[in-house]
Amino acid sequence: MTEWSLTRWSYLRDINNEGTGIAVWQPFAEISRGGEPVEEGTMEFIDPKLAPIWEKVHTGTRLSFDDGRTLYASHDLSGVGRMADFVRRKRHGNIAYYVYNQHVNYTNVCSNRCTFCAFATDEGTKNAYTWSIEEVKARLLERKAEPVREIHMVGGLNENLDFDYFTGLLRAMAEVRPEATLKAFTAVEIDYLSRISGLSLADTVEKLKEAGLAMMPGGGAEVMSERVHDALFPKKIGKARWLEVMETVHAAGIPTNATMLYGHIETIEERVEHLITLRELQDRTGGFSAFIPLAFHSKNTQLAYIPATSGVDDLKNVSVARLMLDNFAHIKAYWVMIGEKMAQVALSFGADDLDGTIIEERITHTAGATSATGLTRDEMFAMIRGAGFEPVERDSFYNPVP
Amino acid sequence: MEAFFLKTLFKKISDGHRVSSHELLELYSKASLPELGSLANAIRYAKHPEAQVTFVVDRNINYTNVCTSECAFCAFYSRVGDEGGYVLSREAFTQKIEETLALGGTQILLQGGMNPALDLDWYTDLLRWITTTFPIHVHGFSPPEISWLATQSNLSIDETIARLKDAGLKSIPGGGAEILVDAVRQRVSPNKCSTDAWLAVMRAAHHVGMRSTATMMFGHVETPEQIVEHLGRIRDLQDETGGFTAFIPWTFQPTHTQLSVEKASADAYLRVLALSRIFLDNVDNVQASWVTQGEKIAQVALFFGANDMGSTMIEENVVAAAGVDHMLPKEELIRVVAAAGFTPVQRDCFYNHLS
Repeated sequence: MTEWSLTRWSYLRDINNEGTGIAVWQPFAEISRGGEPVEEGTMEFIDPKLAPIWEKVHTGTRLSFDDGRTLYASHDLSGVGRMADFVRRKRHGNIAYYVYNQHVNYTNVCSNRCTFCAFATDEGTKNAYTWSIEEVKARLLERKAEPVREIHMVGGLNENLDFDYFTGLLRAMAEVRPEATLKAFTAVEIDYLSRISGLSLADTVEKLKEAGLAMMPGGGAEVMSERVHDALFPKKIGKARWLEVMETVHAAGIPTNATMLYGHIETIEERVEHLITLRELQDRTGGFSAFIPLAFHSKNTQLAYIPATSGVDDLKNVSVARLMLDNFAHIKAYWVMIGEKMAQVALSFGADDLDGTIIEERITHTAGATSATGLTRDEMFAMIRGAGFEPVERDSFYNPVP
Repeated sequence: MEAFFLKTLFKKISDGHRVSSHELLELYSKASLPELGSLANAIRYAKHPEAQVTFVVDRNINYTNVCTSECAFCAFYSRVGDEGGYVLSREAFTQKIEETLALGGTQILLQGGMNPALDLDWYTDLLRWITTTFPIHVHGFSPPEISWLATQSNLSIDETIARLKDAGLKSIPGGGAEILVDAVRQRVSPNKCSTDAWLAVMRAAHHVGMRSTATMMFGHVETPEQIVEHLGRIRDLQDETGGFTAFIPWTFQPTHTQLSVEKASADAYLRVLALSRIFLDNVDNVQASWVTQGEKIAQVALFFGANDMGSTMIEENVVAAAGVDHMLPKEELIRVVAAAGFTPVQRDCFYNHLS
């Protein structure tokens, strides 16, 4: 029989796992001084590299590029999580938000054809579809009895649609669902609309705003790295234009989200660079509402050889975002992409929002997502309560819905 | 809160004290999830300093699904005389075991229902035949099966175990523990052996040098206090015998069963896993349950006290009957462990590393 005694705690100080990312646990000497009052803000880490970062986190000091890299590289998942949870609780206590929303993907025809996308197709293929304004209206009317507070609408770059279609779409949706916030078009679509409208970016945004656009999702940034852009989505707008669109939209008084698609070919450094770029724009505009790390799903894409993201990486992306993006109020765990169980855990690793009930999720499910395509309000409640948090239904702007 | 819980508990442990039931309950209700993770992870590295995660290549062979126990949480069993009832033939065993060996498997997990058509001789004949025909370790028969078999055969537990051991049984899985509190057992598995009987089988097995695992199925009608009571019973017996190789907590899967409860959350699973590691200071190994949690939570579980991924389960019927279809062949299991940042190591039933 194997005897294990508590004296084996000494292992903690003896081991040296260079190369594995496991660092030596150090706090005991300090703790066993004994009799000391518990100091506010002290925290011990299995990875001692986290200690200087914690010094910054609990004193509200901004984290550096190197800090971001250290956080991503650390094997002390719960250590990173504890710091993120500290910041999250300071901002939001025990609350976890969600919105009652409906997704509308008006077309899957797209001229960008990014390698990581399973949703887009060419005009004339078997799966190609484009909804007319009337069809979109009908889809909203089908759910008219439900308390939908937000319509999330994104689609492909379909060359057969003109600018009037888009403004018409927004007007029709506002007419059918006046109480819902129209959150539509990624920066990629906005850039495209400004090209087909023949208007400046600012004027395009103004026209869309007049038609009812009230918020914008954060997609299309993917990872803001020239290398990744050239390899995976060369036809899509790059970093500079994405940021320009966002800045213009924010200047027009329209808040947006921001995202990062992780788990393909990007490096840790590229992730940190992406987060810092977003943080800098947020310093200038204050227009970002939430950041949403998006776990890459490879099924049915040209990158199908890339396996699913790990649960560890999913939590890391939530936690590191919470710690690096000190000027973002909300970090979302997008349950569609990481699954309901991981979303529950993510609430303790820095996330304060589970996005929406989402009726009819299409894009990630085309790429093999195994989560539900929608959740009822009861299911959303159970998911949040089951994770030990207090569910608060919100509108697009994080006002609690009575 | 954060600092208080971690500091007082770490101090207590580093001073050589055990965590009490009361303290465990305090942790259960007050510590944050990543706090529990850090505690459990530290203990995990104290016991297993390398960033390695072990697994075993084995196959579940469910020799019969006919069962008189009729547990409320089970979607697998058939009643005596039901059309879907079966007892595996020797041909079926041969095929399953040969496939297991061909896949690099080292053991079979032999478990089945309490089928009145099968007597002790059937079991001992089967064990003798398997162990003399195939080079494979038989990990088999949970305490409820052994307890039932003893009653059926009018033999003592000791004698029953002696006969099974003599016939080739090498170790015992810790199934059928559910929650080791009789008030809970009476509600979810009234025909299954009592808490004391479960522990008596394990004690008897350990005394003759046969090692076993211990499990806990939670997330149904039990309270946190009863979870802690269960852990206490395991820790006490382990103090006495040292025979448990591993502890395996997993969550009840409600689909297709008679128990209508909400599925335990991932938060609850990780909490209980971490608490198990914190409390069971005398059990070396704690398994993550990818079968009930899926691969992502299983990866996260490796940071919440688990140092073992359990088995590849070439064939798993019981949990699958309750609507879970997570499948992890060996290569996939290796990838999942490595992606979480650990070195995967194949092991045998006694946690010896196989190269």
